Amino acid sequence: MLSSKHFFLLPALLTLVAIILFPLLFTIRVSFSSWDVFQSGLDYIGVKNYGRVFADERFWQSLGRLSLLSLISVSLQYTLGFALALAVWKQVRGGRFLRVLFLIPMMTTPVVMSVIWRTVFHESLGPANDILGMFGIGAVPWLSSATGAFISVLIVEVWQWTPFMFLLLLAGLVSLPREPYLAAAIDGAGTWRTFWQVTFPLMAPITIGALIIRLIEASKIMDTVYVLTSGGPGTATETSSYYIYIRGLRDFQIGYSAALSLVYLVIMIVSLTVIAKLLLRLLVGKVG
Amino acid sequence: MKYRFTTSASALAIIASSAVPVSAQDYTRFGIEQDLPGTCSYAATDAKDYSGRTLNIITHAIPVIGEPTALHAEQFAELTGAEVNVVHVPFGDLFQRIMIPFQSEQNAYDVMFYPSLWIGDFSRFLAPVPEAYVNSTGMMDVTPSFTGVATWNGQMIQYPMDGDRHYLKFRTDVFDNADVQAKYLADTGNELTVPATWEEYNQVAAYFNASDWDGDGELNYGSAEVAKRDDLMFSAFISRAAPYAKHPDVQGGFFFDLETMEPLINTPGFVRGLELFIEAQASFPPGGTNFGLGDEIFSFGGGQTLMSYSWDDAYIQANQEDSRIRNMVAAAPLPGASEVWNRTTGAWDTFETPNRAPYMTWGWSSAVSSMSEEQEMGFDFLCFFSNEANAEHDMQIGRFGVNPYRNAHFDVDYWTGQGWADKTAQTYVTTLSEMEESQNRVFDLRVPGVSQFMSSMANGVAEAMAGQKTAQEALDDVAEEWSEITDRIGKDRLRDAYSNVVTLEDNEG
Repeated sequence: MLSSKHFFLLPALLTLVAIILFPLLFTIRVSFSSWDVFQSGLDYIGVKNYGRVFADERFWQSLGRLSLLSLISVSLQYTLGFALALAVWKQVRGGRFLRVLFLIPMMTTPVVMSVIWRTVFHESLGPANDILGMFGIGAVPWLSSATGAFISVLIVEVWQWTPFMFLLLLAGLVSLPREPYLAAAIDGAGTWRTFWQVTFPLMAPITIGALIIRLIEASKIMDTVYVLTSGGPGTATETSSYYIYIRGLRDFQIGYSAALSLVYLVIMIVSLTVIAKLLLRLLVGKVG
Repeated sequence: MKYRFTTSASALAIIASSAVPVSAQDYTRFGIEQDLPGTCSYAATDAKDYSGRTLNIITHAIPVIGEPTALHAEQFAELTGAEVNVVHVPFGDLFQRIMIPFQSEQNAYDVMFYPSLWIGDFSRFLAPVPEAYVNSTGMMDVTPSFTGVATWNGQMIQYPMDGDRHYLKFRTDVFDNADVQAKYLADTGNELTVPATWEEYNQVAAYFNASDWDGDGELNYGSAEVAKRDDLMFSAFISRAAPYAKHPDVQGGFFFDLETMEPLINTPGFVRGLELFIEAQASFPPGGTNFGLGDEIFSFGGGQTLMSYSWDDAYIQANQEDSRIRNMVAAAPLPGASEVWNRTTGAWDTFETPNRAPYMTWGWSSAVSSMSEEQEMGFDFLCFFSNEANAEHDMQIGRFGVNPYRNAHFDVDYWTGQGWADKTAQTYVTTLSEMEESQNRVFDLRVPGVSQFMSSMANGVAEAMAGQKTAQEALDDVAEEWSEITDRIGKDRLRDAYSNVVTLEDNEG
């Protein structure tokens, strides 16, 4: 029976419907239409758009590229973030200053930072090649070769988002119980052994959370690619989200880009669920 | 009925205002040197009263076009009492911000500023320019090319306020230097002349690449080109391919065969153009394959490279007062081709005088929405925006993005008056005005879905430039995608639209 108390749930439910359910359902409906620059409105063309998605080689290539980029960048962010968090975990001189310093990249606007990085990587006028030149290293084609452009995007991603990993892992570290460390000390465990036997397993739940959050975010990479390389050279740095942006907002193929987005969403949900399960089995299962 | 009345009233008003003499009133507070006589002069606009009425405008982000829009909107509001709201949108969002209200039948904006090649997508949503404005003093002086660009199915639906085209820019301190000429002759066996073909362009660029020919201690390079995939690179490719693919004796379509609507983008002329574009990369400055328009402007305008081709911006930058290469640059027509693909005979034709195919590319334009309830005020604003004094003022400021589009703008004295050297001004004016007279011009693919076609082409060209595919493979894939787009849009719909472009290219308009 509905009672007056249920009406208190109404604002939250309406918000949920407005910001999550409606856009999702609308996108699903749009994906079955031919809404395009020359065809406005929601006609019905069945699964034609989905047929196109499965035959769209460029989309699948961009997805493969995105997977590689996300896995490498998140792994690097985790490793560096963990190392930095461990470095300032214990009371160190200037620790508070370092914490703020490490967080600065995350607090900057990605588009603005990408513009700055593009200047840094400018091959004839940017400082990156000047600095390398001081060490006798020749000019690196940062943005004009496929490998260079991929690495450049990777560097910007790692630079910008390692602080996020650092923040989460540091929060995890400071909340760890002291007792296991006392026990390890009594047992005579050294620093290395304490890390692998105590810190790392205790941090497993936070690690999984941090990795999944970052993988979700990394899989949406768009602004860095847009500003830094526009997906080039050729298609060397074209990621799925950038490709969907091109199809949707540049080409104005609204119906098709809705289908691309939904296929992409399903792939992301499935693959991230599998990754989360694997991480649980690897990290938490081992502890258990 | 209401519309007809408004239009008639507007026509009467504007005809009456044509007779308004330049007022003795001083309008220099608006930043112009003086008010110039014309239909929509400051004095004529000052005589209008739009108090209590609102005009909504969407335009590009500041500065390009966005800054003059904001400036003239403020002036228009002050002169007429209207409330003028200007929305600035980054380029990547501009199309959808205009298109979505159109498609959903919302009267979001009265006036729009956008790239003229979107006319094929927007045509059905635009109000025709009333006769009174077509006959205004400013409009009567617009060159036939840009009147044509504003016209759709015989009716003017865009309001010209900019004129764009690609042309060659080069350093005169190198090309006119007798010692350099002698050395070039000794080293290559050829005279150093302004390249007449793209093969010559590549040869000259390669010769001068990676050497300090201006003696400033820094390396210089051969060519700066817009080569970044999604940054107007499609225009650079069309400029390079045009003389090989646009045969002066073959009519009926450059991008498509108008009769069959089969794409021509993978025919040998385009492939040759792409192969030479790929070859030219060796003469780009470091990172040049990732140069967008801004980089190209900076590279040539900043004195790093010997040659370049694109819009006016780099030329204007090179000749600004603070430029270290001021008056050391000149303009010339885009290089041509000695061999041109003839698609009717399926063979290459040889030309003793290289075939030129000037590319009237892009250009900003403006229009009034057919859904607007303030069409009269909208057209008055556009007429004021592009009045004689404002056009003259805006062309002097490179970042505004307003370039010559009226006969009056092709005046050497005007440019020497800006401090340009005779040769710099003369070659600029001659190059631009000769393009107007060419009978073998190429225009943008102004059809519904133009962004899809250009995006597909840019991707194919970028793949070939990056070595992922050969020129032929890349353009074959583009042609296949173009056929798919054509099928989705519908051949007849596309043919109807494309015939507007072919009319201009075949000089039938």
